[in-house]
Amino acid sequence: MRFRLPLAGLLGLAVLAAGCGSSSEPAADGKAAITYAIWDKNDQASAEKIIAAFQQANPNVTVKLEITPWDQYWTKLQTAASGGAAPDVFWMNSLNVRMYAKGGIIAPVDDAKAEGLPEAVVDGYRYDGKLYALPHNVSIPALWYDKKIFDAAGVDYPTADWTWDDVKAAAKKLTDPAKKQFGIMAPMWDQGGFYPTMIQAGGHVLSPDGKKSGFDDPASIKGLEFWTDLIKDKVAPVAEVYTDTDPIQLFQSGKYGMYYGGVWFASTFWSNPEIRERIDVAPLPAGPAKEAVILLGLANAVSAKSEHPAESAAFAEFVSSEPAQKILSDSGGGALSLRPGTQDGWFKAFPSFHLKETYEASMPHGVPYPATLNTAQWQDVQQKLLADAWAGKRPVADVAKEIAVQMNEILAKE
Amino acid sequence: MLSKREWVWGYLLIAPMALGLAVFYLWPIAQTLYLSFTESGVFGGHTWVGTANFTDLLGDEEMLGALGNTVLYAVLVLAGVPVAIVVAALLNVPGLRGMSVYRTLYFLPVVTMPAAIGLTWRYLFNGDFGAINYLLGKLGIDGPYWVGDPDFAIYAIAIVGVWSSVGYNAVLFLAGLQGIPRQYYEAASMDGAGRLRQFFRITLPLLTPTTFFVIVITMINALQVFDLVYLMIDTTSPALNGSRTIVYLFFEKGFVQNQRGLAAAIAVVLLGLILVLTAVQFRLQKRWVHYE
Repeated sequence: MRFRLPLAGLLGLAVLAAGCGSSSEPAADGKAAITYAIWDKNDQASAEKIIAAFQQANPNVTVKLEITPWDQYWTKLQTAASGGAAPDVFWMNSLNVRMYAKGGIIAPVDDAKAEGLPEAVVDGYRYDGKLYALPHNVSIPALWYDKKIFDAAGVDYPTADWTWDDVKAAAKKLTDPAKKQFGIMAPMWDQGGFYPTMIQAGGHVLSPDGKKSGFDDPASIKGLEFWTDLIKDKVAPVAEVYTDTDPIQLFQSGKYGMYYGGVWFASTFWSNPEIRERIDVAPLPAGPAKEAVILLGLANAVSAKSEHPAESAAFAEFVSSEPAQKILSDSGGGALSLRPGTQDGWFKAFPSFHLKETYEASMPHGVPYPATLNTAQWQDVQQKLLADAWAGKRPVADVAKEIAVQMNEILAKE
Repeated sequence: MLSKREWVWGYLLIAPMALGLAVFYLWPIAQTLYLSFTESGVFGGHTWVGTANFTDLLGDEEMLGALGNTVLYAVLVLAGVPVAIVVAALLNVPGLRGMSVYRTLYFLPVVTMPAAIGLTWRYLFNGDFGAINYLLGKLGIDGPYWVGDPDFAIYAIAIVGVWSSVGYNAVLFLAGLQGIPRQYYEAASMDGAGRLRQFFRITLPLLTPTTFFVIVITMINALQVFDLVYLMIDTTSPALNGSRTIVYLFFEKGFVQNQRGLAAAIAVVLLGLILVLTAVQFRLQKRWVHYE
């Protein structure tokens, strides 16, 4: 009885110590066991099928799937990587890849294996001339619209030929203050919102060499004003509305005509029969200067400290290969496969949505997501300052110029 | 005199606690202090930069904004302390029916997960579909976007802060109330003092030690607020500019932007602020706290 307290304490320490030392160890029977870390639970089913297919072709390798929710994913990965215990293969995005490549956490992958994949996505994973992760899916922003609202107002549905002017004209006609109905939504969103419009107006987010901000370019400012004008003209709700309720939920309430969302919302919308009937999707409208769609794709990176580098690389390559891409596509989940020609299964899962047309019209105008070594740092500046412009507290041009100044300071230090 | 054997046992028994404190509190504090003078790499490793992090913070608008938000939040939550006294006084009424039910109800927020509290209140505060604005609408008042508007967000968070701390504080006050000997009240009523006079002349003065304790603890907790902001305000919300607290800024710098050294400096500044404010309170207590 007298020993219980210290003993319990010691036990606790022992458990802690044991917890620190776990990493992938070679299995006793000569098999290689590797871990695969992802963050999206919606991809669990397809990932398990892909793993099964890989293990069938490589009987000497077992892959263990680890799912960590997005909120903890990067913190956990960073901590594990600092301690030299990163998973063998893990999901990477183009915002973080340069940091992990520079830090020597991930190993370069064979550039040849990315052949045939869209360059706008692949290029996001290059650093210092080497490819550091193999992308396997693509997220394409698109224009979702509510057919019921369009029908009631007698407005033609959006097409691939739409321009900004068509959006503005339609938004005006669809707005009905009496019914609290708005023509469009204008949340402060980068990938499918203000980044593409900045480029469509002839501006840019980052200079091609990634050393200078493009926010002070007058064309970029025009791209930002596209959104703030929609709010000013009262055809889109004020900024606070989107922070209280997620735009994806607002759109499903049937009070909003158009929504710049992503094709990956298809599975969410499809799961509700009433919504499924009512909405459809079209490619992003063209701006005054050109068409542009910012493509983001997730990729698989291989740990530089993996005990099974060959097997890990083989698995990462497999996920981006045609058979695995078809498995991903056929599972009809949120993610759209990246390798051209493998998407049919996914399109067929949502037959009434014009996803195939949207995909085909968007891919030729694909632009990589702007990113540098420490993207999070200047995105934070951008986020905080743009909030004032969206809230109508400061003119967009002032805010944009200030973002450029601060962003250039950060970029100069990289 | 304690025998040698008793000394050994004494130390042995406090060893787990002392060890835990040293490993999980003292060592991290020392490390944070050290890190605040460095610039750290994303994956470990750091270089000494002297006081650069602190001079960076000095003129930083964001740090000043966060400081202002945090102090405003602390003041608002402290203003909620009298609510706890009233609740405790009501819960102490002799012969109150269903007393334990009320006590449980008031204490419930204290044992509820902050995540659940934050999310539930977020729904209540929703500008378009929330229950609060619905009720206000019934009264003909057009409610604001509580957690979406930079001018309102910190007040909305403070309301939740008060709501969730009332129970804990009330329990402390209740204990304080029950520690006041009955004879004082009997003597006072014999001398002809009414209930109100008894409250101000006996209850409040004899409750000052508890009040002092509650104020110190509430202030320290309020200055460290993070969870409610994190749960109720989206990372992309414009309202964040009006509700970013010091610990939230620490989180952003340290875990989102990978500036560990700067984040450590923010933590050190907060530690200093809490130390100073607490010391001031201990100084001032001599003037208003009565232990007898």
